[in-house]
Amino acid sequence: MTSAAPNATATGAVTSLLDHVRPLDAGAHVTGAAFAGDMAMLALGDGCVLLCDAAGERRVDAHPGGAVLAAVGAGDQFVTGGDDGRVVATHANGETRTIADEKGRWIDAVAASGGAIAWSCGKQVAARDAKGNVRRMEAPSSVRGIAFAPKGYRLGLAHYNGASLWFPNTDAAPEALFWKGSHLDASFSPDGRFFITSMQENMLHGWRLADKKDMRMSGYPAKPRSLSWSNDGLWMASSGADAAIIWPFEAKDGPMGKAPRECGVRPAKVTRVAFHPRALIIAIGYDDGAVMLVRLTDNSELMARMPAPGGPVTAMAWDAKGKRMVFGTADGAGGLLTLPV
Amino acid sequence: MPDMPETNTGADASGKIPVTVLTGYLGAGKTTLLNRILSEPHGKKFAVIVNEFGEVGIDNDLVVGADEEVFEMNNGCVCCTVRGDLIRIIDGLMKRKGGFDGIIVETTGLADPAPVAQTFFMDQDVQDRTRLDAVVTVVDAKWLTQRLKDAPEAHNQIAFADVLVLNKTDLVTPEELAEVEAQVRAINPYARLHRTQNAKVAIDDVLGRNAFDLDRIMELEPDFLEEGHHAHHDSDIQSVAVTVDGDVDPDKFLPWLNDYAQREGANLLRSKGILAFRGEPKRFVFQGVHMMLDGDLQRDWRPDEKRTSKIVMIGRDLDREAIEKAFRACAV
Repeated sequence: MTSAAPNATATGAVTSLLDHVRPLDAGAHVTGAAFAGDMAMLALGDGCVLLCDAAGERRVDAHPGGAVLAAVGAGDQFVTGGDDGRVVATHANGETRTIADEKGRWIDAVAASGGAIAWSCGKQVAARDAKGNVRRMEAPSSVRGIAFAPKGYRLGLAHYNGASLWFPNTDAAPEALFWKGSHLDASFSPDGRFFITSMQENMLHGWRLADKKDMRMSGYPAKPRSLSWSNDGLWMASSGADAAIIWPFEAKDGPMGKAPRECGVRPAKVTRVAFHPRALIIAIGYDDGAVMLVRLTDNSELMARMPAPGGPVTAMAWDAKGKRMVFGTADGAGGLLTLPV
Repeated sequence: MPDMPETNTGADASGKIPVTVLTGYLGAGKTTLLNRILSEPHGKKFAVIVNEFGEVGIDNDLVVGADEEVFEMNNGCVCCTVRGDLIRIIDGLMKRKGGFDGIIVETTGLADPAPVAQTFFMDQDVQDRTRLDAVVTVVDAKWLTQRLKDAPEAHNQIAFADVLVLNKTDLVTPEELAEVEAQVRAINPYARLHRTQNAKVAIDDVLGRNAFDLDRIMELEPDFLEEGHHAHHDSDIQSVAVTVDGDVDPDKFLPWLNDYAQREGANLLRSKGILAFRGEPKRFVFQGVHMMLDGDLQRDWRPDEKRTSKIVMIGRDLDREAIEKAFRACAV
């Protein structure tokens, strides 16, 4: 794929990122990705966490004999939930710590925010604050997605026939948001005005929290299982089509009545999206293994990985500064992109 | 029978993992059968999805607890119910390194088999990775007559079966057994039936059934079916089978089948068919659950095989004459 020809034009503009990706051999289904501090981490279907930095790669067996089902970055730690019933934090230095043990029940979802961690197994949801106090609740049905609200110690939970908003530190009943169907992934808009879920029925659902007004974002050929917000909070990207579908959230009504933008159209299905943390650039992963970066301002495109064996891209994450991005695929391939300075 | 079972378990040519659904009323012997399957020296690795932990467990296999959460799809179709927990569990299983030769789903005794079967038609991710191999229903020979009177679930479980395990035959007289068998056959004449004690049945008779059992619909004679139908009206479920000697026109048949399933889906429990399409060297095979249909061109018609087209519908209040008339109108 790469050649001896320089990948920059005479003016110095980069035309490809293919030479800036270090391939990673994850060796198992990559189920999650994050940077813990400066360390790139991939969560794997064989229970391990792969740590990668300039010094090389190492493997930590965070869930021996199990599989990581859900993972989230939490500062200098990577929090993983496994089918062994454990929630484990892997530190950037490779040390692991068991946060919770749910006695063999699968950990279906995890979320983290400012030292707090939340997880679910079936209907049971637990929230652990930064001091280590754990509060528990039972949702109306199995919880597939958890998200922390951007402000306040509050959780959004996606389940069947709607979602629940829960303040773990109060005894008040969770606030119910109804919408028929099965809700999968959960995400708050960065300004906290909207709560979005992906759905079994190949669509996104949203609630404007001030008045619980419903929003439907439909037309996807597949389930939009990956959601990502731009750094300015004005755009939300989603997977599930042959382009990244990017909804505008600038207006008071959010995307209501507006058409989305489509970025990175290719003859393959988008499986993961990840906005750059500092610029209006989006990384898009496809089911043919390709990875592309698209700048929203002018729609310019840069390939970071050509279609390759190893299955669909299943996880992608940027570091906090936006200099590096790590990704992994269903059959255990992966890569670490370092943007040229 | 000319057909030989092909490689029994393990992902098939399409790379899909076969799923066996194990159903049956409370106390019929499901768990006994499941433990029997798992303890046979077959060298296969199964993921077993159960509702009760503790009763099942073989070292080599992975046992997963399920909550049997049924939900309605938000697509305007009232019978489009699926098992959400199953979608979630299969998604999780597919992340495991090494994978499985097969997945076995045990349902609770009171469960309607439709949502679990429909899950394999409705969810794209599940459909991409797995295929429904067979619904295996365990029936209690001693108590079936009573169950058919007081438990509507028992009717559906029999109607849905690809394989029927008529268990506890040692607890009834030969006359009683014949009577129970006739009752079962009146609801579902097409399933392969095994008479057992302590659910003792060969693993190959339960797992890896796939096309093998679909072929069976071609073997059954209408006379046998009619007899079964007229003799027993204890159940409101009946079956309708129509054969066309020769080819049918796919441009007539497929729109009719889709339309029929949409209109009658609530009453139509299961549908199956093997068809010779005009000008098509391969057999077209379909299966359906309520409104959901899944069809494909499969192997070539063999030179020694007569090209015939046959459909089978099992359901409530089916209009036999209307089905016959419509299907015959598709003949070439």
